[in-house]
Amino acid sequence: MNLSHLPDQPAVYLMLAAFLLAAGIFGLIRRRTFIGMLISGELIFAAAGLNFMTANRFMAPDPAVGQIVVLFIMGLAAAEVAIALSIILAVYRNYRSIHSKELSELNG
Amino acid sequence: MSPFPLSSYLVAAIFGFVVATTVAGSLIAILSQRIIRSVAGLALCSLGLAGLYYFLNSPFLALMEILIYIGAVCVTIIFGVMLSETDEPKPQGKPGRERWWAAIAALVSVAIFWGLARTSLYGAWPVAGIPVTDGSVQTIGVSLLTTYSLPFELISLVLLVAILGALTLARGGRSKP
Repeated sequence: MNLSHLPDQPAVYLMLAAFLLAAGIFGLIRRRTFIGMLISGELIFAAAGLNFMTANRFMAPDPAVGQIVVLFIMGLAAAEVAIALSIILAVYRNYRSIHSKELSELNG
Repeated sequence: MSPFPLSSYLVAAIFGFVVATTVAGSLIAILSQRIIRSVAGLALCSLGLAGLYYFLNSPFLALMEILIYIGAVCVTIIFGVMLSETDEPKPQGKPGRERWWAAIAALVSVAIFWGLARTSLYGAWPVAGIPVTDGSVQTIGVSLLTTYSLPFELISLVLLVAILGALTLARGGRSKP
């Protein structure tokens, strides 16, 4: 396979999106603070956006739809970050900690 | 007019650099111990993703990725880091148990990656027909105001509610020491 055709292969983008999703899930499981988990969630959003854009470029007949969907995904990610950070700040004010191990009052 | 010499290899090299930036950024984002470095990794990953969007024929989304992710999301997370803690805590349990959990997490993510990569390599993906629009910024704008006007208004409502909710949540408890 000629290397110079690599940017025109959908498999490259799809595998990169799969890698981003796997990295995000690994981070969600392994991170011990809420901000780290939030960053991993952002990676998952980015994977979804990359997948949409790949399908838009290589498989969809209308190239405008995927761009609009990815724009909506970015808006939702920004709203999610704002809400999650304010929750994190409220938790930090009350508990003096954002470690997921120490916030276990609802743990039976 | 003859093309620039070796231009295809130059494009391939830039593409490889962009992919490497994305992968390195995501690895820094999930593996570093200090949260501020992990935010920097997220910014690097977003920069690589902007390059990938450029390769996917959408310079508009590349600009939006830089503007929203690096300019808004990363800066907001940095403010959150400044107002709370900056480090991952040391693992408290037994080291063997921690290693088990790390192995389980790696297993889960490798399984997800393997399944999706297999699908993307060997799946029967449809080939696009003739594009019905050109996908330019003008087309996007017209579609946002005609076909997708309801989601467009709804997302502005979502952002408004998110801003109000964030203000309300972060305001409580300010008078406490």
